[in-house]
Amino acid sequence: MPSYDRIFDRLGLRDWCDADASEAPMSMAQLLAKSSGGEEGGALPFPSLDTLHEACDAIPQTRDMTLSVEQGFLAIKDSLKFVLDPLTQPLSWMLEAALWAFTATPWWVLIPLLVWVAWVATRKVGITVFVAVVFVFFGLIDHLDVALQTLSIIFVCTGLSVLLGVPVGILMSRSDRMQKVMLPILDMLQTLPSFVYLIPLIFLFSVTEPKLYGIAIILYAIVPVIRLTDLGIRLVDKDVIEAANAFGMTDRQKLFGVQLPLALPNIMAGVNQTIMMSLAMVVIASLVSAPGLGVLVLRGIRNLELGVGLVAGFGIVLLAVMLDRCSKAALQRIDPTHETD
Amino acid sequence: MTSPKIRVRNLYKIFGPDPQRVLPKVRDGGIGKAELMERHGHVLGLRDISIDMQAGQISVIMGLSGSGKSTLIRHLNRLIEPTAGEILMDGQDVMQLDEESLRRLRRRAMSMVFQKFALLPHNTVLENTAMAPRIRGDARETREAEARKWLDRVGLSGFEDRYPRQLSGGMQQRVGIARALTADTEIMLLDEAFSALDPLIRTDMQDLLLELQTELHKTIVFITHDLDEALKLADHLVILKDGAVVQQAAPQQIVMRPADPYIEAFVGDINRARVLRAGTIATTGEPAGAVIGEVDWHDTLEDVIRVAEGRSDATVMVSRDGKAAGKIETRDLLSALIPYASGRGDAARADASRASIPVSARITTPPVV
Ligand SMILES: Nc1ncnc2c1ncn2[C@@H]1O[C@H](COP(=O)(O)OP(=O)(O)O)[C@@H](O)[C@H]1O
Ligand SMILES: [Mg+2]
Repeated sequence: MPSYDRIFDRLGLRDWCDADASEAPMSMAQLLAKSSGGEEGGALPFPSLDTLHEACDAIPQTRDMTLSVEQGFLAIKDSLKFVLDPLTQPLSWMLEAALWAFTATPWWVLIPLLVWVAWVATRKVGITVFVAVVFVFFGLIDHLDVALQTLSIIFVCTGLSVLLGVPVGILMSRSDRMQKVMLPILDMLQTLPSFVYLIPLIFLFSVTEPKLYGIAIILYAIVPVIRLTDLGIRLVDKDVIEAANAFGMTDRQKLFGVQLPLALPNIMAGVNQTIMMSLAMVVIASLVSAPGLGVLVLRGIRNLELGVGLVAGFGIVLLAVMLDRCSKAALQRIDPTHETD
Repeated sequence: MTSPKIRVRNLYKIFGPDPQRVLPKVRDGGIGKAELMERHGHVLGLRDISIDMQAGQISVIMGLSGSGKSTLIRHLNRLIEPTAGEILMDGQDVMQLDEESLRRLRRRAMSMVFQKFALLPHNTVLENTAMAPRIRGDARETREAEARKWLDRVGLSGFEDRYPRQLSGGMQQRVGIARALTADTEIMLLDEAFSALDPLIRTDMQDLLLELQTELHKTIVFITHDLDEALKLADHLVILKDGAVVQQAAPQQIVMRPADPYIEAFVGDINRARVLRAGTIATTGEPAGAVIGEVDWHDTLEDVIRVAEGRSDATVMVSRDGKAAGKIETRDLLSALIPYASGRGDAARADASRASIPVSARITTPPVV
C-alpha cells in the first residue's frame, strides 16, 4: 500500500520510521492480504494503526494497545487483589453460609418458612398461595435445590446491596458534588454489559470463590437502591424539611425522623428493582461457577440439551414473578403518610 | 417603652451568585429591585429593614406576594442568612450564634407556623404536636400530656391518633398552632398561617389566635397579604414593598395617615368604620354639642355611629378603663370615614395606578395552593 508510504516520505519521516525496524509480527490484515494473494490496488484503506504500521514501523499496531491495557491491569492486579481480597472475604463466607443453610435445611422446614415470610411481607392470600405452589412445583420436578441456591444468592446480594446502597444514596442526597460524581458511575454500572463485569473479576479472584459472582451481582444490582434512595430523600417536601429545621432538629433527627421514613416508598421501589437485577445477573454468573438454575440453562446451551435449558429458563421466570409480586405487594403496604386510610 | 424583644437592624438580603459584590450598589448606589435584576442578575430580597418588635405584642408584616415577607421572617430564626445587618433577640445578636446555640434558640425561644402547615405526614396529630419537646428529648409522658393539653385548647381533642392527611386544612393548621404552642416558646412566627384557609375558617382562626394571645402574651410575628387580617390582629403593622419597609406604625395610624400613595391605595377601600377605633379620633376639650352617649376607647366607629343615631350636631363621650378620656363630635365622624380627607385623594389614586398597583390590589381571596 504505497499511499501512506508516500506521505511519510514526503514528510521526511522515513528515517524515524525505519529507525528500529525490528521484525514485528504481522498484523491480521497483513496475514489476510498475504493469504488472499496480493494487493487490492486502488482502494484507500482507513488509516488505522495497523495500516499505518505497515507504512511506518515506528507506529504501534492495534494489538499493542490491547496488550498494554492487559499489562496495565496485570501490573496493578496484585496490589488490587491484596486490598480487595480480605475486604471481600466476608462476602464469600456469607454466600457459602446462605447456600449451606438453604440446602441443608430440610424441605419440610424451609418451604413453610419461606411461605410464611411471603405472608408476613405481603399479607395477601393470593400471593402466598402462589409462592407455595411455585415451591411445590420446583420440588415435584426435582428443581428445588437449584432454585433454592439461586434464591439464597439473591437474598444475600440484595441484602448487601441495601446495606451498602442506602448509605451511599444518603450521601448523594446530601451533596450535589457527590451526586455529580456518582451519577456517571451508576450510569456506567447499569449500561456495562453484564459479561464485561466478569472479565476483570476473573483475573482478580479465583473462579472457585463465591465472592467472584457475589461482587458481580452486587455491582450490577446495587444501582437502583442508590438512585432511588437519593431521589427519595431529595423529593421529601421542602416545607416539611423547613419545619424540621425551624424546630431545631439535628441532621441525624432529620434523617431518621423525617427523610428516611418519607423516602421509604422510593427506597423500596429500588429494592424491588435490585432483586430483579440480581436474578438477571445470577443466571449470567453461572458462567463463573455460581450454582443454581443458571447452571442448568448453561448446560442446555453447551450440550444442546433443549429440554433442560427450557425447563430451567421457565423456573427462572417463575422465581422472577414470585419475587416481583412479593416485593411489590410489600411495597404497597408501605404508606407512611396514611393517604389511603 | 421597654427594650424590644426582637430588633432587626439595617437588614439586607440579596439572592444570587455574589451578593456581597452587588451589596454596595444597593446600599450606597440606591439601585432598585428591577434594576438589580436587569443589570446585575441578582434578586433583591430585603433592603435596609429596621423593625422593633415589642414583647407580648403581635407585629404584623404585610405586603403583596413577592414583597419579601417570607424572606424576612426566615431571617429571625436564620433559616435564611442575611447579606448584611443584624438581628437581636433580647439584645443577643442571632448572627453571632454558633450552630449549637442557634439550634437551642430554635428549640427553646421560637416556634413557627407555616402557610402550607408543614406537618410531618407520617406522624400522628399527637406526635406532630409533641414535635418540639420530642426534638429536645423530653420524656414521652410529659411531652404527650403537654401536647394533649394544647390540642384540647385548639379544639382538636379526639383527633390525636389521626394523620394529617385525614384532616381538613383548617384542622391541620390548628395542629400547626398546637405544635407551636407545645414548643412553649416566647416568640411565635406565623408565615401566612391562615392564607390557605377558607374565609370563614380564617376568621375563626384569627379569633382563636387573639383569644390565645390575651392569655399567653407571646411575642408574635404574623405575616399576611390581607389588609383586613393585618388590621384585625396587629399591634404594630409593617408594610413591605419590593423588599423595603414603606411604613410601620400602629394600624390605626396607618389607616388615618398613610405615608405614601402605595399605602393609600391599599387602605383606600377598607371599611373604615369597622377598623378605626373611637380612641383614634377622640379629642379632648369641652363637648360642642349635646352629649348623647358614651363609648369605650376601643370601640369601633361603627359603634360610635350607632350611638350617634344619625345626628350630626351632638357629642359622644369616650371613656377608657371606665374613666373619661375624650369626646367625639358627631360632625367629625363623616370626615374620619372618608379616606384622603386631606384632599389629595384623586392625585394619590393616580400615583398609585402609575406605580401599577391597582386599588383592588388588596388580596382578600386565598391564593390557590
Ligand atoms: N432562594 C431564593 N433565590 C432567589 N430569589 C428568591 C429566593 N427566595 C425568595 N426570592 C425572591 O425574593 C423575593 C421575596 O420572596 P418572598 O420572601 O418569598 O416573598 P413573599 O413571602 O412576600 O411572597 C421574591 O422576588 C422572590 O422571587
Ligand atoms: Mg411568602
